[in-house]
Amino acid sequence: MQQFVNITLNGLSQGAIYAAFALALVLIWRATRIINFAQGAMAMFTTYLALTLIESGQSYWVGFAAALVAGLVLGALVERIVMRPVEGGPELNAVIVTLGLFVAFQALAAILFGATFQSFPAPFGLRGFTVGEFTIAFTPFSVFVIGSVLVVMLALTALFRFTDLGLRMRASAFSQEVSRLLGVRVGRMLTLGWAFAAVVGSLAGLLIAGGNLVHPAYMDAVIVYGFVAAVLGGLESPGGAVAGGLITGLALSYVSGYLGSELVTLAALGILVAVLLVRPRGLFSRVAERRV
Amino acid sequence: MAEPRGTLDIRGLSARYGPVTALDAVDITASPGRVTAVLGANGAGKTTLLRTISGLVKGADGSVLLGGRDLTGASAETIARAGIAHVPEGRGVITELTVEENLRLGELLGTARRGKGGREHRLDTVYEMFPALEQRRRREANSLSGGERQMLVIGRALLSAPEVLLLDEPSLGLAPRIVAQLFALIRDLVDREGITVLLVEQNARSALSIADTGFVLNLGRVVAAADAASLAGDADLRHAYLGF
Amino acid sequence: MRAVLRRLVPRSLLLRNLLGVVAGLVVVVLVLETTSPFRNSQFATMSYYAIAAAGLTVLTGLNGQISLGHGALMAVGAYTTALLLEGGSVPFPLAMLAAAAVTAVAGVVVGAAAARLHGPYLAGATLALAVGVPGLAIYFDGLLGGEQGLSVRSPRPPDWFADAHYFLTAGELGGAKYLAYVGWITLLVVVLLLANLMAGRYGRVWRAVRDDEVAAELAGMRLGGLRILAFVVSAACAGLAGSVLAMVVRLAAPSGFTIVLSLSLLTAVVVGGLGSLTGALLGSALLVFLPPAVTNLGTGAGLTGVQAAQLAPLVYGVVLVVVMLLAPGGVMGLLRRLWRRGINQGGST
Repeated sequence: MQQFVNITLNGLSQGAIYAAFALALVLIWRATRIINFAQGAMAMFTTYLALTLIESGQSYWVGFAAALVAGLVLGALVERIVMRPVEGGPELNAVIVTLGLFVAFQALAAILFGATFQSFPAPFGLRGFTVGEFTIAFTPFSVFVIGSVLVVMLALTALFRFTDLGLRMRASAFSQEVSRLLGVRVGRMLTLGWAFAAVVGSLAGLLIAGGNLVHPAYMDAVIVYGFVAAVLGGLESPGGAVAGGLITGLALSYVSGYLGSELVTLAALGILVAVLLVRPRGLFSRVAERRV
Repeated sequence: MAEPRGTLDIRGLSARYGPVTALDAVDITASPGRVTAVLGANGAGKTTLLRTISGLVKGADGSVLLGGRDLTGASAETIARAGIAHVPEGRGVITELTVEENLRLGELLGTARRGKGGREHRLDTVYEMFPALEQRRRREANSLSGGERQMLVIGRALLSAPEVLLLDEPSLGLAPRIVAQLFALIRDLVDREGITVLLVEQNARSALSIADTGFVLNLGRVVAAADAASLAGDADLRHAYLGF
Repeated sequence: MRAVLRRLVPRSLLLRNLLGVVAGLVVVVLVLETTSPFRNSQFATMSYYAIAAAGLTVLTGLNGQISLGHGALMAVGAYTTALLLEGGSVPFPLAMLAAAAVTAVAGVVVGAAAARLHGPYLAGATLALAVGVPGLAIYFDGLLGGEQGLSVRSPRPPDWFADAHYFLTAGELGGAKYLAYVGWITLLVVVLLLANLMAGRYGRVWRAVRDDEVAAELAGMRLGGLRILAFVVSAACAGLAGSVLAMVVRLAAPSGFTIVLSLSLLTAVVVGGLGSLTGALLGSALLVFLPPAVTNLGTGAGLTGVQAAQLAPLVYGVVLVVVMLLAPGGVMGLLRRLWRRGINQGGST
C-alpha cells in the first residue's frame, strides 16, 4: 500500500512535468502544425545555462530565471531564423529541420558544457514528508514542481483567455489568412508562440533536472513522454495536454515501479501506438476520426 | 490630383497563377458612399481581384491606391490597418473562437486604426444591429448558421472602422429571403456611414439592385463598366456574362 | 557524348544494373587493395551505414514515410547476429540472412502501425521506438548482456577466399579487409536488388503513393499494404546493416544504437538526396569520413578530444537544417539541377 501511494505520488509530480512539456509541444503544433522535436534539446541547453550560472556562485533562482529568459529568446530566434522558411511547406521538411536542431543543440551542449553527468541542485528539500510513521515520496521539491507547473498553466490560460495578445495569438493559430485580413501581425504571433512554448519547455527541463543528474541527452526520453502525453490529449488542446501529461506520468510510474525502469520508454511507445491506432484524436475527443 | 478619403483606385492590375492570367490590366474605381459591384462568371477573376487588393495574392503588376496612398505590394496586415476590410469568400469566420472573440478581433483593429481617424464602432452597436449574435456571444462560431456567420463577419468588418469594405460573394449559400435582407443592410450601411463597398457577386441581379456602379469581368478583363441601371438594362450583356 | 554513352549501355535494366555491380566490385577491389588497414576499416563502417541508408531512402525518399527508428532496427539485426554466431556453429552468411529476416518481421509489426501514421506522428512514434528498444537489452540482460552488450565473433576468411584473394592481389588478407569485403559485397547486392525494385512496378507505385495518396487510393492501390511492404524492405536492409555492424565492431551493445545513430542515417539520406541510392552512398561516406576530419580540425583549434568528438554530430545537425532550408533535394538534387542546366545550354548552342 505504501509502495502504491509512493508510486502514485511520484507519478503525479513527473506527470506535471510531462504536462508542461506536452503543453509546449501543443502550443507550437496548434500554431504551425509542426512538432518541435528539438524542444527537449533546447530545454536541456537552457538548463545547462542555469547550471553554469549556479556553479559560478549565483543563486538557484538567478539560474532559474536566466534559463526561462534564455528559453524565450531561443524559441523566438529558432522560429524566426530556422522554422519560418519551412512553415506551411512539406511536413517532412519541418520534421527534419527540428531533428537537425535536436542533434545540433545536443552536440553543442556537449562541447560547451561537457558530455559527463553533472548534478543539478534543487531549491527545496528532497526528503519526503512524513505522514505518521511513514516517509512518503512527496518532497518539498515535488510541491515546488507541481506548484510552478500550475502557475505557468494558469498564466498561459489567463494570457490566452483574457488578453488581446492572447486573442491575436489564438486567431493566428486557427486561421492565419483571416487573422492577416484583420490586421494581426501573424508572423510576430508565431514567433511569440514559439518563444512562450520554449519558456514552458525550459521550465520542464529545469524541473526534471532538479536534484538529479544532467547530461546532454537527459531530455531525450522526456521528448517521447511529452509527445505521448500531447497525443493522448489530442495534440490540439492545452487542457488535453495537461491531462495527458498526468496520465502518462502515472502510467509510466506504475510501469517503472512494478515492472522495471528499463521498460518505461517501451511502455511509452506501447501507449502511443495504442492511442494512435484506437483513438487518433486523443482520449478526450468526441469524434474518433482523424488522419494521423 | 488629391483623391478623397476612402476612394479605392485600381490601375492596370494584372496577376497570374503560373501560366494562367487571372487578371489582365484591370482598372476599377470605387468611391465612398457608393456600392460598386464586380460581376462575372465563375473563374472571371473576381476573387483574385479582391485577394490582390487585400494583399493575399502577391506579385501582381499595376497599382492599388486608397485615398491616394499607394498600397501596392504591401502586406495583408498593413492593408487591413490602412482601412481595407476584406470579407473573404466562405465568410472567414474563425470557427474555433467564440462569436464575441471574432468581433473583438475586429474591434482591436478598429482601436489600432482610430488614431488615424477611423469611424468608431462599438460591440453594442453590432449587437443592436444583429441581436442573434448577442444571444450567442459566448458560443463557438461554428455553431452559427450561414446567415449568422455572414452577419458576424460583416459586424466584425464594421468594428474595424474600415474605409473600404470588400465583400466576396456574400450571398453564397444563403436563402433568398436572407440575401434580400443582407443586401438591404449593405445598402443601408453605405448610405449611413458613407463607406466604400466593392461587392463581388455571381448573383448579378441582386447585386445590381443595390449597386450604384458595376464592372463586368470576363477572363480577367473588364468587359463593361457603367452605372448599375444601364448594366441591368443591357440585355446582350446580361445574356453574355451575367446569366439573367 | 551522351548519345555515345547511351549506346554503350545495355538496354535491359537488370543487365545494366548487373554491369553496374560488376563495375562496383572492380572499384571495391581496387580501393580496398590500395588503401591502408585503417581506411579498410573505415570502408567497412561505410558499408553498413550505406546498407541501412539505402533501405531508409526507399522508405523516406520513395514512399514518403519518415523513420527515426532505423537505429533500433539495426540493433535487432546486430543482436540476432551476435546470438547466432555465439556458438560458432552457424556460418555467418546464414546469420546475416537470419538477421535480415528477423528484422523484416519486426518491420512488419512496426510498419503495420506506421502505415496508419504520417509526418510528425510517424516521426514521434519511431522516435519512441529508437529511445525505447535499447531498454530491452538491459531488461533481458541474461540473454542480451545488459549495458555491456554481447561480444561478437567476427568471421575469419575461409581458405578459398584467402587463396583467391592471394591469387588476385598477391597481398595479405587482414581481418579488417575481409570484413570490408563482406560489407561491400553485401552492399552491392542490396543496391542491385533495391535499384531493380525502385525502377520496377513497386518503385512507381510507392512514388505514386508518396506524391498523391488520394489519387493512388482512387487508382485502386492498397496504401496500407504498400506502406508496410516499404517498411519491411527497409527494415530488412537495416537488419542486414546491423548484422554487418556487429561483425565489424565485434560488439552489440545498447550504447551503439542511440537516437543519434538513427538521426545520422537520416542525415545521410537527406544530404545525399532523398530517394536516390547514389545519394545514400554519398551520405554514408559523409558519415564515415567527415567525423575524423572535423575532429582533427577541432583538436587543432584547441578543443579536447571529447569536445572535438561532438563536432561531427554538430555538423550533422547544422547540415540537416541547412540542406532543408537551401537545397531540399540534397547533393543529388543539386547535381541533377546542374546536369539539366548543362543539357539546356548544350541544346541551345
